[in-house]
Amino acid sequence: MINKKALLCVENLKVYFQSNGARARAVDGVSFEVREKETVCIVGESGCGKTVSALSVLGLIPSPPGEIVDGKIIFSGQNLINLDEKAMQKIRGNHISMVFQEPLTSLNPVFTVGDQIGETVRTHKKIETQALYRYCIQLLKDVGIPSPEQRISDYPHQLSGGQRQRVMIAMALACDPDLIIADEPTTALDVTVQAQILDLLRSIQKKRSMSILYISHDLGVVSVIADRIYVMYAGIIVEQGNTTQIFRDARHPYTQGLLASLPSLSKRGKRLNSIPGSVPNPAYKPEGCPFHPRCPHAISSCRKEFPKMCDWRQGHLARCPVLFESNGHKGSS
Amino acid sequence: MLSFIGRSVVQKTITLFFVSVVSFLIIHLAPGKPSQVDPLNPKFTPEVVERFQKEFHLDKPLYIQYVYFYQDLFTGKTVSWKDNQSVLKKIWERFLNSLPLFIVGTLLTWTLSFPVGIRSAIYRGGIYDRSATFLSYLLISIPGFFFAYVLIRFVVPYFHVPVIGMETFGMGDAPVYYLIMDRIWHLLLPSVLYATGGIAILSRYVRSQMLEVEGQDYIRTARAKGLPPEQVHYKHALRNALLPFVTMFGLILPGLIGGSVIIESIFSWPGMGRMAYEAILARDYPVILTVNFISAVLVLAGTFISDLLYLVVDPRIRL
Amino acid sequence: MNTDKQDSSEKIYIEPPLAPKRTRWQEFRRHFVKNKLAILGLIIFILFFFCAVAGLILTSGSNPLFDPAMVRLQEKLRPPLAKPNLVSLKPAEVPTLGIYLMGTDDLGRDVFSRMLQGAWVSLTVGFVAVGISVLIGIFMGGIAGYFGQHHIRIDHILLTLALIFGTGLMIAKFAFIGTLILLLCLAYIFYSRQTRDRSEEQEMSALKMILHGNAFSVDTLIMRIVDIMLCFPSFFLILTVVALLPASIYNIMIVIGLTSWMGTTRFVRAEFLSLREQDFVAAAKALGINNFRIIFRHIMPNAIAPVLVSATIGIASAILTEAGLSFLGFGVPPPHATWGNILSNGKNFIFDAPWLTFIPGIAILIVVLSFNLFGEGIRDILNPKLKGRS
Repeated sequence: MINKKALLCVENLKVYFQSNGARARAVDGVSFEVREKETVCIVGESGCGKTVSALSVLGLIPSPPGEIVDGKIIFSGQNLINLDEKAMQKIRGNHISMVFQEPLTSLNPVFTVGDQIGETVRTHKKIETQALYRYCIQLLKDVGIPSPEQRISDYPHQLSGGQRQRVMIAMALACDPDLIIADEPTTALDVTVQAQILDLLRSIQKKRSMSILYISHDLGVVSVIADRIYVMYAGIIVEQGNTTQIFRDARHPYTQGLLASLPSLSKRGKRLNSIPGSVPNPAYKPEGCPFHPRCPHAISSCRKEFPKMCDWRQGHLARCPVLFESNGHKGSS
Repeated sequence: MLSFIGRSVVQKTITLFFVSVVSFLIIHLAPGKPSQVDPLNPKFTPEVVERFQKEFHLDKPLYIQYVYFYQDLFTGKTVSWKDNQSVLKKIWERFLNSLPLFIVGTLLTWTLSFPVGIRSAIYRGGIYDRSATFLSYLLISIPGFFFAYVLIRFVVPYFHVPVIGMETFGMGDAPVYYLIMDRIWHLLLPSVLYATGGIAILSRYVRSQMLEVEGQDYIRTARAKGLPPEQVHYKHALRNALLPFVTMFGLILPGLIGGSVIIESIFSWPGMGRMAYEAILARDYPVILTVNFISAVLVLAGTFISDLLYLVVDPRIRL
Repeated sequence: MNTDKQDSSEKIYIEPPLAPKRTRWQEFRRHFVKNKLAILGLIIFILFFFCAVAGLILTSGSNPLFDPAMVRLQEKLRPPLAKPNLVSLKPAEVPTLGIYLMGTDDLGRDVFSRMLQGAWVSLTVGFVAVGISVLIGIFMGGIAGYFGQHHIRIDHILLTLALIFGTGLMIAKFAFIGTLILLLCLAYIFYSRQTRDRSEEQEMSALKMILHGNAFSVDTLIMRIVDIMLCFPSFFLILTVVALLPASIYNIMIVIGLTSWMGTTRFVRAEFLSLREQDFVAAAKALGINNFRIIFRHIMPNAIAPVLVSATIGIASAILTEAGLSFLGFGVPPPHATWGNILSNGKNFIFDAPWLTFIPGIAILIVVLSFNLFGEGIRDILNPKLKGRS
């Protein structure tokens, strides 16, 4: 595999929240990287910490309850955690931009669509009004909004859900960023619209040679667009690899459980598999491996030791020594 | 838009009608008679009383009195029973007295509340916020008349700020500059008093609105776009937070006629509040009813303007 | 998929450590305790309550422990903590604790006793007035919110008008006509009840159709009444009524209560409107629960939150209003003391005897402040929009 250059490198990120008297360990030592021109997906259920990880890259964690306790976020040679607010502002929207989940509430209802897109450009680049207007219309065309000359002066509530999300994407693209972080952008949309947005993202990525960090809980979506996948559970990465490795050859009981629980035609008439139990509360996580209470392979050491990542070769890593050793591999990385 | 205006006007006129009936009933059905027709009043002989009754139709049934009164009101002929002046003229004079107090007080309130409230919200939990909150609570809870006396006790001996009336007696022919300064000096304490309560309440409300808006998703988007904090707060957040206040603006209108009985009593300011108060005591029905009617008109007009402003300002509402 | 590495006795399924379970009341207590200002408010309120009750006991009756009405002209305007001039006083006139705790007023009355007496007035005015306004508000708001879409028919209006008219005539001594009209109304009521079930089958005559026509909805009616009440500047209304009626504490309480229910009505109506559409109401209806039970047992506990907040703040405002009325001379008649009229008396001596204004003023300030803090504390806790409260 050609080792592409790493655009974003997150090392051992820990983000804790103080709420209701308890310390919620939302992100508990997460490392991932996004290379040039690739789409990386972080998959996991609600509450596993994927959104928090994404928000911390841009420094958008609300600071009184939450704080970044440890770790590094390296982008273009700089550790983003150490940057002050002014320096971060130069990066946000400019080199790294973000698309959020709920397009209706994420767009300011009292400004027009064109205004909000243009504002991003004006903040980071010098451009005069007429050129800005043309540029915004071109952006709207690029994201597939019909008759952009009329749409540019519409307010968010006048557009449909899919169109609003396209506008969000246009806002994210406005300054030609190197990386787009997309936090479940299609969850709030209908399935057909979802497919269109995914197509759009793929074509944009090819055209502009960007990278995308895509957060999702939907394995179906992930299988379609991801180059590489990180599976998160209870604030840690439990498995990582490329799409084929994860879907054909999952090596962590949680990933296996997720895949097994997907309904499909071949399972018709049989009972659906489900993972027993529920996701732990981030403030009250079990000792040792956080998945062990629900794991069919758990042994006594799973309760005591926090498992290390095991290398299954070719970039496929999984955090389950039980399955690793039972497969004849010795030791773990 | 036009249908909305039409419907509004019709509804408000009906409400106005009912208000006029209700206030009329309250006044006339309350126990006690106006002093002029009180049989126990030694000042008026029975003949005078009878003439009075005929003149003002007091012997006729209530609904006829109602018709007469409002007829007179709309043709401007109502006359005060206490001093026989035309009611509208009296109200107008007192209104002009109350007006500067009202304008200065309202101006102070609105211009000071917003910076305080916004700053409190942006630097939430900081020293500024906590002291502003503390002061607000204090000012909301202090009885107005007590605060007035505290001010008087401490300010007057040192600054010689006048506390009586609108102007110094015997200024007469002093140059215009002195007259103006004198007026401003007299306005000082009453309008500060008028404003402080309002600032306390309004700034808290501004703060809570700003806080609510700042928690919204689109603010997070604005920050994610790399906008500098001034743009995030003053362009994105403020524009949304101000929406309800634009509508409150229309509701200042009724305050015109409210005046404040307490402030005017303490400072002997000859304003609308005092006039209404004296009219109530003297059971001067025409004055009371007229003031009531005008106040109702102002309230309804104020609500109407608020609704209209809301339509204009919020792009999500388009009729 | 067991492997041989796994001990058969260790097929573990451990219940993961869950967050501690707390009831709603415990959650409320925890949040409340964190808000120090709200606790301060509550403590001050409790102190105030005790003072008021103690005050009532200690100062009422013909031979009270602390006599607020005893006039000692030789001791007027003594400052606080002043010792009485024992030579000039009869033994019965000596103040109970041996000193004038808060000084005396211009008639030589012990200010401390008067403050104790006034505390009870402030307390009752606050609670009774707000109690009345909250009851009216919940009733009106609930009906407007829940039954809002029910329409009032024209024949209902005519019937009500006829009933009022008939009763009025009866009182005004036109007994015969009055009773006749009332009987006609009763007859109409009976008739419509009988024919209600059969109205589907019968052809409606033109008159019937007019009579059964919808005039306006219950919601419109109640909201219009609220609008009408709002048109009256509240302080003036209270002043008018209090000035015209004989002065008594009950009148004041009732009037304040009757003029401040509008805000509560609006809140309750808004809450009911949104709660009514929720699924739990549909579920309750599907189970066949009747309307009143739904309102009181299901919806009301959810709608209570803003009412609670506006009630505590309403008490504060009622106390301030009563003080204002006393100040203007319309409060409880003398010689009964209220904090407002002690202050009002004192304003004439503001430079010579500042304690006469400061002591009641600061007392009012502290009590009202405590209610406001408590109310705001509750509001912060019950606010579902504040993040971090699950």
